[in-house]
Amino acid sequence: MNAPRVNARLTQPRHFAGQPAAPGMVFGRIVELPVQRTQEAKKPPAPAGANPPDELAQAIAEAAQQLQALMARSAAGDARKILEFQIEFLSDPVLLEPAHAALARDADASTAWLAAIDAQIEEFEASTDDYFRHRTGDLRDMRARVLAILAGVDIGPLQLPAGAILLADDLEPSRFLAAAWRTDHAIALRGSSPTAHVALLARAHRVPMVVGIGNVAVPAQCNAILDGNAGTLLLEPDADQIEAFTRARAQNETAQADNDAAAAQPAFTATGEHVKVLLNVASIDELDWIDPAICDGVGLVRTELLFAHGPPDEETQVQFYQRILRWAGERPVIIRTLDAGGDKPIAGVTINGETNPFLGVRGVRLSLAAPEVFKVQLRALLRASVAGNLRIMVPMITNVEEVQRVRVLIDEAAAELDARGVTYARAPLGIMVEVPAAALALDTFDVDFASIGSNDLLQYTMAAARDNPSVTPLTDPRHPGFAFLLQTLVRLASARALSLSLCGDLAAQPEQVPLLLSAGLRALSMPAAAVGAVKRAIARWPASTGR
Amino acid sequence: MADAQVLLVHAAGLHARPVVTLTKLARTFASRIHIAANQQGPWIDAKSVVKLMNMKTPTNTHLFIRAEGADADAAVAALVTLVSNDFLGGPE
Repeated sequence: MNAPRVNARLTQPRHFAGQPAAPGMVFGRIVELPVQRTQEAKKPPAPAGANPPDELAQAIAEAAQQLQALMARSAAGDARKILEFQIEFLSDPVLLEPAHAALARDADASTAWLAAIDAQIEEFEASTDDYFRHRTGDLRDMRARVLAILAGVDIGPLQLPAGAILLADDLEPSRFLAAAWRTDHAIALRGSSPTAHVALLARAHRVPMVVGIGNVAVPAQCNAILDGNAGTLLLEPDADQIEAFTRARAQNETAQADNDAAAAQPAFTATGEHVKVLLNVASIDELDWIDPAICDGVGLVRTELLFAHGPPDEETQVQFYQRILRWAGERPVIIRTLDAGGDKPIAGVTINGETNPFLGVRGVRLSLAAPEVFKVQLRALLRASVAGNLRIMVPMITNVEEVQRVRVLIDEAAAELDARGVTYARAPLGIMVEVPAAALALDTFDVDFASIGSNDLLQYTMAAARDNPSVTPLTDPRHPGFAFLLQTLVRLASARALSLSLCGDLAAQPEQVPLLLSAGLRALSMPAAAVGAVKRAIARWPASTGR
Repeated sequence: MADAQVLLVHAAGLHARPVVTLTKLARTFASRIHIAANQQGPWIDAKSVVKLMNMKTPTNTHLFIRAEGADADAAVAALVTLVSNDFLGGPE
């Protein structure tokens, strides 16, 4: 009885892994997004007296009206701004200039519209700037809406039955906003990315979403489990899998509600001791959706993203840093200088062909090897720091000479700014503690603060690579040697009155909170999504039953 | 006629939301207002979302603003303030 089912499962992949885009879990039925076949749709015969220029003008007015109605229903500020941009763009007579030329050649309204909007899509697709290239999503959204109106097809609000898991290649922001989302709905996209507009909207509207699941073909009426936390889609789950899902979702929902409540409050241990909860920030877009009140500051800004297309100029960096500082207000913001190399190669910056890149030229070693690139970043940090409470953190510090060399470069950067007459402020300097030798000699460093990079500190202490699944069991932070190292760091930091935090993956894992607090740490930095769960774990510590 | 020069500090450049904010402010003035990324032009109508978007102006560009009309001085002053304040406090 079981054999055929097992075989079927082996030959037909049913478990699809994508990327998590919005948390939450749903068991439901796959609904394919109706394809907007507006381009091919046969138009109803034009009513007598209608002429293409009027048709087009009316369709555009109708599209703007539909968007206005959507805007009135959208609470989220960013959703409104996305829609407002579309309305303003559609309402600009300049947009239709190519359409008028087509109409003059006797084109029908749809052809004229395509002449106008496709010229714009081409214009933005050709841009080398990501910000502008990403706007093609909005333009395609407008293109489809006006075409549908011209074809007499009602795109209308997306109507989804209860328990629907919407499957689509991609989803336009306005179509997302036009749907009445229920708590048992979810979205699976074959393409898109966790940083797309629609992903931001899904998180804000709390619709579980998985993106990038690839070319999934699904039979009609297929049941599925979507896990927006893990980023997976499971088709035709069996009874055991459904039961496991039901339990997991119940826990997940209770936990989510408790986490949201906890995130809004400052973190205290069971004995009333305050623990600072800081945020790790990788993308500047996510800040639009995060209330700074959930944190006591930013414990780690990764600057690698800025360098994704090669080293950015000073001005670009100043703007990026200042935007985070303005978001944080009075709160401290720890910005880590470029941490390239190891598992983060950057074209034109890192050195290829090292036999062991994790023990090679990475982090500050690379920055000191390319001081001109490094000084651009230091000048940008000094300039940005007039806008808030900025702290500079240097990764992969091994010895005190490296800190001295960084200080010399900071002095040079400051002198260059003086020479240019540019305003700047000196920011506190700290180190990221990843190298065991630096950890054990923390008190020999002349710095203002330190933050433990637990991912690297753990793999270097255990001599077990974190990207090698065969040795993962060896990277258990509860090893007495690692716990001792953490305690030692806390002791050395307090002897020098250095503020000490921890900003690796460990800080985002509620089950590791007792280990970190027992070691004496009182400042933890983590992604925003982990804040609620970690604050609750802090409140439970120390366990009253004791051990 | 009034004119001025201002540095575009907005991190994303003259992007969808800033453009919408800018054109809305520009339309509150009767004057004809033009913007350019070069002193030699091309000069772009500051009241057109489409034209401003097509400029695809990156951050850290010096924008040149000029206006002709009865309220030209006020228009240029308002736009300079908006751009230099990173588009905060513009019309919502």
